[in-house]
Amino acid sequence: MKKTILAIAVAAAGLLGAAAPVQAAKVINGAGATFPYPVYAKWAWSYNKETGVRLNYQSIGSGGGIKQIKARTVDFGASDAPMKPEELEKFGLMQWPQIMGGVVPVVHIKGIGAGQLRLSAANLADIFLGKITQWDDPRIKANNPGLNLPHQNITVVHRADGSGTTWIFTNYLSKVSQAWKEQVGNAKSVPWPVGLGGKGNEGVAAFVKKVNGSIGYVEYAYALQNHMASVLLQNRAGNFVAPTSANFQAAAAGADWKHAKGYYMVLTDQPGENSWPITGASFILMYKVQDNPAQAREVLKFFDWAFHHGQKIAESLDYVPMPDTVVKMIEQTWKSTLKDKNGHPVWK
Amino acid sequence: MKQNMSTGGKKAWGDTLFRSLTLAFALGILVLFAGILVALWHESLPAIEKFGFSFLTSAAWNPVKDEFGAIIPVVGTLVSTLLAMLIAVPLSIGVALFLAELAPSWMRAPFGTAIELLAAIPSIVYGMWGLFVLAPIMADHVQPWLQTYLGFIPLFSGAPMGIGMLTAGLVLALMILPFIASVTRDVFLMVPKNLKEAAYGMGATTWEVVRDVMIPYGKKGIVGAVFLGMGRALGETMAVTFVIGNAYHLSWSLFAPGNSIASTLANEFTEADSDVYLASLIELGLVLFLMTFIVLGAAQIWLRRSVAGGGK
Repeated sequence: MKKTILAIAVAAAGLLGAAAPVQAAKVINGAGATFPYPVYAKWAWSYNKETGVRLNYQSIGSGGGIKQIKARTVDFGASDAPMKPEELEKFGLMQWPQIMGGVVPVVHIKGIGAGQLRLSAANLADIFLGKITQWDDPRIKANNPGLNLPHQNITVVHRADGSGTTWIFTNYLSKVSQAWKEQVGNAKSVPWPVGLGGKGNEGVAAFVKKVNGSIGYVEYAYALQNHMASVLLQNRAGNFVAPTSANFQAAAAGADWKHAKGYYMVLTDQPGENSWPITGASFILMYKVQDNPAQAREVLKFFDWAFHHGQKIAESLDYVPMPDTVVKMIEQTWKSTLKDKNGHPVWK
Repeated sequence: MKQNMSTGGKKAWGDTLFRSLTLAFALGILVLFAGILVALWHESLPAIEKFGFSFLTSAAWNPVKDEFGAIIPVVGTLVSTLLAMLIAVPLSIGVALFLAELAPSWMRAPFGTAIELLAAIPSIVYGMWGLFVLAPIMADHVQPWLQTYLGFIPLFSGAPMGIGMLTAGLVLALMILPFIASVTRDVFLMVPKNLKEAAYGMGATTWEVVRDVMIPYGKKGIVGAVFLGMGRALGETMAVTFVIGNAYHLSWSLFAPGNSIASTLANEFTEADSDVYLASLIELGLVLFLMTFIVLGAAQIWLRRSVAGGGK
């Protein structure tokens, strides 16, 4: 609800801005991922109040964002799944992670609340593969001594639309389960072996709420705002951890960004005592060579402002800001990679 | 126009202009129709070249490996539409008969308006109602009941989740009911009074008048209304997407989740990033276009034949 009102407010603000005869108003255009849209929109609103620069962000989906930047119709694209380094090279693009979030498995089992059910990585994968079909399966019981699990069919709920959330979730399952990797794979939409499909996070959340004995996966913010029963997942260190901002940041801090070429880094299944295993970042894409360095500088100024002044806003919407060490690295990359036509750096 | 009528020359000129203008509009429809067909065909070429005819028979839908087939969404579209027609057609004709023939006159106007208002509800509202209100009722009461008494038929087997083909068919039935009912009512109202009264005069009961006079007289109109509803059911998107379950599985069970062409398009278009994926989705659109065209064309031919042959 909060997000909807906000989106309307931002849209209204945008309309007012467009109607006002301000000639000098600078506009930055971006398009792409829907997952970070609420936080980009709220950043844009605050940034516009402070600087007068307007951000026009179309949340048309990651695939659309990549298409738009390739067609050069926008100043930046946004994608929930990072582009592979060789692909970036091919199109002369660069990318960096801007904001993080987590994907959270949620369940609807009578008598089981948030943080009560524990699942190992293998069990989560086997449930989504349709190999574990009952909640009182001995393998689930083994993780949950003392928890009263009903003899009930498991209904799997997944996304019906292609989405970055599914990309992150299936990336994790592919890492932890060989069977998943071979049978299903890692993509924004996959051939699900079992289950129902809901449209969007809200669709999955609604199905999980309606169907007794179901399990689905949603973005952290949705799980939190809808008071859904999230599960504790076993991470690489062997600990059962809860989905919290601190544990998402632990996953990002533990990641080896320095050696990730083109920031191609997926934050699933990261090392670290407290790392939440299904963490993901949303990425920004820009051309390395900028025909209009002044415009590119405006884009970078906005994201720089977001890194340094936008953390509170991000946290208020249940997103996770990038850790400071990673921000420093990213701004260093801007200096070394983004050039104008004469080879001078755009960001100083 | 008034001025044009005052002098003969101007009138002819105005008529010619009016005629060519309306002709241009009519031709515009044909051009648009052809344009859509060509555009769909052209955009789906990568999929047509890769899969050929097997696209229509394959049950694969694997975006990871870029393998696509249309059979599951096609079957889902047909089954959900068929279910909707089975429920909505008898119900609508009953509603129309009641409003046209049996209801006391003070009831007719408010009830008629209420039914027409059903048609004005946006489809997403039907979808949300289906998901939040109807699906739990189906899961807790209707489907367990069906399973207890009719569970031996494969159609009513499987876990009662409340979301799936049966619920989609029900929601669709409700959505097309106002279209069929209000047109059918108007058709019944057009049956000449003297025809009906002659039948009553000969001692026919109300039921006999309905069966032997009103329905045969209004046959053409009723069939038209039914196909109007069917066209809507075939292409309905949002409401179906909410309740059909969006899963690529073929099942005999009506409780099982499935998929329709329109809901597949609504779900997957934005993030279809490979060329073949996008082309396959557009080819699905082409298939739906042709399916609707064939259904409506067949209806036209059948209508003409039955009118020419029967004369009733």
